[in-house]
Amino acid sequence: MAVPVIELRGITRRFVLGDSVVKAVDGIDLDIGPGEYLSIMGPSGSGKSSLLNLVALLDRPSSGSYRFEGRDVTALDDDELAALRRDSIGFIFQFFHLVPRLTAAANVELPLTLAGVAPAERRERVATMLAAMDLADRAHHRPAELSGGQRQRVAIARAMIAEPRLLLADEPTGNLDSHSGAQVVELLEGLQQDRGITLIVVTHDAAIGRRAQRRLRLVDGRVESDERG
Amino acid sequence: MSTAMRAVDRLCFAWSAVSGQRLRSGLTVLGIAVGILAVVLLTAVGEGVRRFVLGEFTQFGTNIVGVQPGKNTTFGMSGATISSVRPLTVDDAAALTRVPAVTAVVPVIQGNAEVESGARARRTTVFGVGADMPAVWRMTVASGSFLPDDGFTNARPFVVLGQRMYRELYGDDNALGERVRIGNDRFRVIGVMASKGQMLGFDLDDTVFIPVGRATEMFDREGVMEIDVTYAEDEPSAQVVRDIERLLLARHGQVDFTLITQDKMLDVLGDILDILTAGVAAIGAISLVVGAFGIATIMTIAVSERTAEVGLLRALGARRSDILRIFLVESAVLGAAGGAVGVAVALALVGAARTLVPGLPLAVLWPFVGGALVVSIVIGIGAGLLPAARAARLDPVEALRAE
Repeated sequence: MAVPVIELRGITRRFVLGDSVVKAVDGIDLDIGPGEYLSIMGPSGSGKSSLLNLVALLDRPSSGSYRFEGRDVTALDDDELAALRRDSIGFIFQFFHLVPRLTAAANVELPLTLAGVAPAERRERVATMLAAMDLADRAHHRPAELSGGQRQRVAIARAMIAEPRLLLADEPTGNLDSHSGAQVVELLEGLQQDRGITLIVVTHDAAIGRRAQRRLRLVDGRVESDERG
Repeated sequence: MSTAMRAVDRLCFAWSAVSGQRLRSGLTVLGIAVGILAVVLLTAVGEGVRRFVLGEFTQFGTNIVGVQPGKNTTFGMSGATISSVRPLTVDDAAALTRVPAVTAVVPVIQGNAEVESGARARRTTVFGVGADMPAVWRMTVASGSFLPDDGFTNARPFVVLGQRMYRELYGDDNALGERVRIGNDRFRVIGVMASKGQMLGFDLDDTVFIPVGRATEMFDREGVMEIDVTYAEDEPSAQVVRDIERLLLARHGQVDFTLITQDKMLDVLGDILDILTAGVAAIGAISLVVGAFGIATIMTIAVSERTAEVGLLRALGARRSDILRIFLVESAVLGAAGGAVGVAVALALVGAARTLVPGLPLAVLWPFVGGALVVSIVIGIGAGLLPAARAARLDPVEALRAE
């Protein structure tokens, strides 16, 4: 069996709120293999986003171990985590998080710009990616001039531009109408299948959650169910 | 893909943020621009005044030594010690003519008296001087001749009129040979000086020149106010000063006189005027400080507005140091733009002022202009440090949640 992309052992994340300590993630063990399509569901406050932030290397666990692509990442410093995010992980957010003053093309280009890729190569890759997302004619529009669905497609293009092996989507349809939402989900699933990337989707929406091959349900920071097929 | 963000990309990103908030950035830039404008303009005025004043003082030449009664180490203190000193006399002046290398000696007494010619009268400055005055003060005679070399005592009662004095008394008529009354004495006009203009507000044309001995009697003085000595151009001033000192010491028995060389005077004046320039530059710098706070304020606002953007950039792989640099470049751009605008406006204003008022004492100090640009960038970075550090410290998860 291939090395899991994500290997969590006894992962917890505690927050101190005033006098009390809240366990947002409470001792989760989880292996996710390459190319898997996983959805994480659960009521508000069940720890979905906290778990996603840990998996995303944006947050550090309070205890437990995390191996990312076989490598222990709990001991890495901030800069090493940043480099790993940049080169290996793509992010999609509920509120798109596009930079409003930049054009669609410049937004998509951002991860390559941060990585110091040469301008000519950046332009070429961005053009190809925008075309693949059916956004070629929107390249020079700013986010405010785009529809919600178009914005999320730009965000997906940005998430994919650095060719990550792991794609994390936090409520990707939460801010879209059902039609655009369905389009976005189909796009993500297509990327997962065509490019063999690992896809994790956090969602409230049962209809979307059900589509994943593997479905994780969290309650109170623990895994309540882990279904496949 | 392991290299860092390119400098030019950082600059472009900063520019997109600055130009994305046109009004706000413009006003912030204006704050720095006003400061830079103030510094460049005020130093231009300061330097202009410096050059003007030094020019006024060197118009008499630089190979001139002034001897004044009283021992003092600084200017403006002669009154404090004058009671215990022997006055400088015309005999001292006569003795000074024998010092080697000395080319001319002019004892000077200055006073006020009424000058009357026919029906016209005018109260004016009367200088009692010697025959060498035109050479020493670099003045020229327009018509007639200057006072003859009669020696410092018992000179004949001749008077030479300043240009303005001549116009006031005679208009365009001939004045030579005319009789005038100065105080209670009668004099004959033997010359009219060419115009010399003003020196530090004192009109050298609104004067009359009479022999120093006559002035001593007229103003009832024991001695002269000053003796101006010129020496050969190629003579080292230190040597001449030593010789003058030795002679006067022998005559007076003590150092109860003060020598003022042009070098020394120009040094002291230069120091004073440098302080003046630095002072006005400091006033300008205050407005720069205000401008710096403007940048700090706007950068603080920018960081809180763009907290989510910081979170995004961190998620996309920006390091804390990248975030710090992104915001520092942005505040540096604001500072640099302010500096550029300030310098451009200052140079335009100086140019316009020179065209409109040609005599205005303005001199652009180019090192200050270059310095101003560097300083404006440094100010931009300095003002951005705190907000940028705050942005870099943001927790990416918290930052992403902000909206």
